[in-house]
Amino acid sequence: MTKWYRENAPITAEQLADELMRLKRGSVTRRHFLGVTGLGLATAVLARQPGLFSSTAFAQDLGSQMSIATWPNYHDPATFEAFQAATGVAVEVNVFGSNEEMLAKLQAGGTGWDLFVPTNYTISTYVELGLIDELDLSKLPNYDAATETARFTNEGVVDGKTYAVPKNWGTTGIALNSTKIKTPVTSWKDFFEVAMTEADGRAMVHDYQLTTIGNALVSLGYSFNSTKPDELAKAEELLIKVKPHLYAINSDYQPSMRATDAWMTMCWTNDGAQLNRDMPEIQFVLGKDGGEIWSDFYAIPKSAANKAAGYALLNYLMAPENAVKEHIANGAPTTDSRVLKLLPAEITGNKIVYPDEASLTPLEFGAAVTLTDPGRAELMARFKSA
Amino acid sequence: MPVATNTKRNLVTAALVAPAAAWLMIFLVLPFIAMLVFAFGERAPEGGYQAAFTFAQFARLPTRAAAFWNTMVLAPVGALLCLLVAYPVAYYLAVKADPRYRLILVSLVVVPFWTSLLVRTYAWMYILGSRGIPNLLSMIGLEDVRLLNTPCAVLLGIVYGYLPLMIMPIYVSLEKLDRRLLEASADLGAKPVSTFFGVTLPLSLPGVMTGVALVTILLLGEYLIPQLLGGGKVFFIGNALVDLFLQSRNWPFGSAIAVTLVAVVVVILMVAMRIAFRVAGTRQVDLV
Repeated sequence: MTKWYRENAPITAEQLADELMRLKRGSVTRRHFLGVTGLGLATAVLARQPGLFSSTAFAQDLGSQMSIATWPNYHDPATFEAFQAATGVAVEVNVFGSNEEMLAKLQAGGTGWDLFVPTNYTISTYVELGLIDELDLSKLPNYDAATETARFTNEGVVDGKTYAVPKNWGTTGIALNSTKIKTPVTSWKDFFEVAMTEADGRAMVHDYQLTTIGNALVSLGYSFNSTKPDELAKAEELLIKVKPHLYAINSDYQPSMRATDAWMTMCWTNDGAQLNRDMPEIQFVLGKDGGEIWSDFYAIPKSAANKAAGYALLNYLMAPENAVKEHIANGAPTTDSRVLKLLPAEITGNKIVYPDEASLTPLEFGAAVTLTDPGRAELMARFKSA
Repeated sequence: MPVATNTKRNLVTAALVAPAAAWLMIFLVLPFIAMLVFAFGERAPEGGYQAAFTFAQFARLPTRAAAFWNTMVLAPVGALLCLLVAYPVAYYLAVKADPRYRLILVSLVVVPFWTSLLVRTYAWMYILGSRGIPNLLSMIGLEDVRLLNTPCAVLLGIVYGYLPLMIMPIYVSLEKLDRRLLEASADLGAKPVSTFFGVTLPLSLPGVMTGVALVTILLLGEYLIPQLLGGGKVFFIGNALVDLFLQSRNWPFGSAIAVTLVAVVVVILMVAMRIAFRVAGTRQVDLV
């Protein structure tokens, strides 16, 4: 930021952050937000002057736009704006609710994604099906395998070749609104019981086979990754019994939790941290009986049209000074020790983001077999259409 | 030279029809054939399609009975609710409205189409969510009213989204209405109510049938409104299809459901057309 910008800024950074949070919580309209922050005017002016902020040196190599497929509430929008300001490449963000949906789109072809965010258990399948490129690490000077935590990053490497580099790790736990739900919920068994009683009509499960079926399995005492037909049948029975009591089946649960339409949901670390930050009454707990621990990666589809821009954005995101902003905004724990050093103490000390090692012990990483197992795929589809 | 004229006429016909025919061939007929082939195939191990000849996919149709049932109930009910709301509006526009403002009023009906249905349906999510209507209702003592993610919310979204499609055909048929028939009815002593039920309503039935058929058929493939206002709980067959292609990657089963849906739509369309023609036919007989 130049001095000129600060003097003429219509709003201070703090005010902007406040207004942004108000907008995200839904307490103000977009129009109010654009008006009060001056962004509406800025956008209108910028729209009239293409190339004003684009550097021609980059623009020639990288084109003017690219596309990323990722998860809900997973990035700081400012990151993409800063990337565009630096390179002239506008980033189109596509949001998905499950890895299966990403796989289906890539299998069908013509996604137009130049970068996407698959989860650990999917990468070996993507490699097997020839859907992703081996990464050319020379184009990613900001990535340093030596500073990564192997536990969270090893699935990005298949047969000694790096196909994906880590974004962050996390867990799948339970977010619940403590002003609405008084029953203690400490396990997935509790989750499904409370969903049918105190939180009747107020609980959400993901539109995602891995976690919805996985957590149902865990609540019954089975493995999160089970593909055994008899265990899946029990899980289906439970899910179908719970379904009439659910508020919704949706992986984008933040809006419903913020509006208190929903009181309890299956929840990823980053969403739990964001919800708790803005609404302290929303707590995030890990199942005592198990659940998922995961890491998300960045990978480049073989079919990507603008690989140069894909690499450029990936390299940008791998720079610790950029990554740290992402982590502060999205609340997911980092796999990179360089980023960990830069993070403020209130984040590294946040038990939602960095839980005690003991609470992680019962959790399981998703297994590759669940992605392609027809039994789990069909169970999820049956559950939804039941 | 009749031969030359015929050739010329054929060429003109071909030139006029060719673009649409080519379009339909490439984007409707060929995909439909592909779908038909897929429907008899098997799901590949990692998802997708692999060649086979089996009726297994059709045998599994009953597992989607609930989605079919939801669609078959909510689509016609939605279309009928649409009709109940649309008819008075169309009647007002065509018969009662001041002709000077008629064009403006008719364009107002179409104005919502200028914004994407997705955006407008998202707006309904907020209106029906806790902070919207239920919040207002709680102020007058009606606590804990849940609207969003119920069949009612989906019906409301349907009526809202499809209203213009119902109003327009009814408006067109009412606008063509010969006013002298209404005068004749009045001259012969009929009260306005009996004129409406004896003359206006029967004459507008083709428009009504068109509107109902149009809205019902589109609703049979509806995906967006149940997805957003039904929260994944009020499930249409369109939602089941999206799941099969975009989540469980079972193309053959998805194709089997799609083929079945197309067959159902064709049957409904044929029945609707037959009724519409019969109504139109009796009208002509009556008038002559």
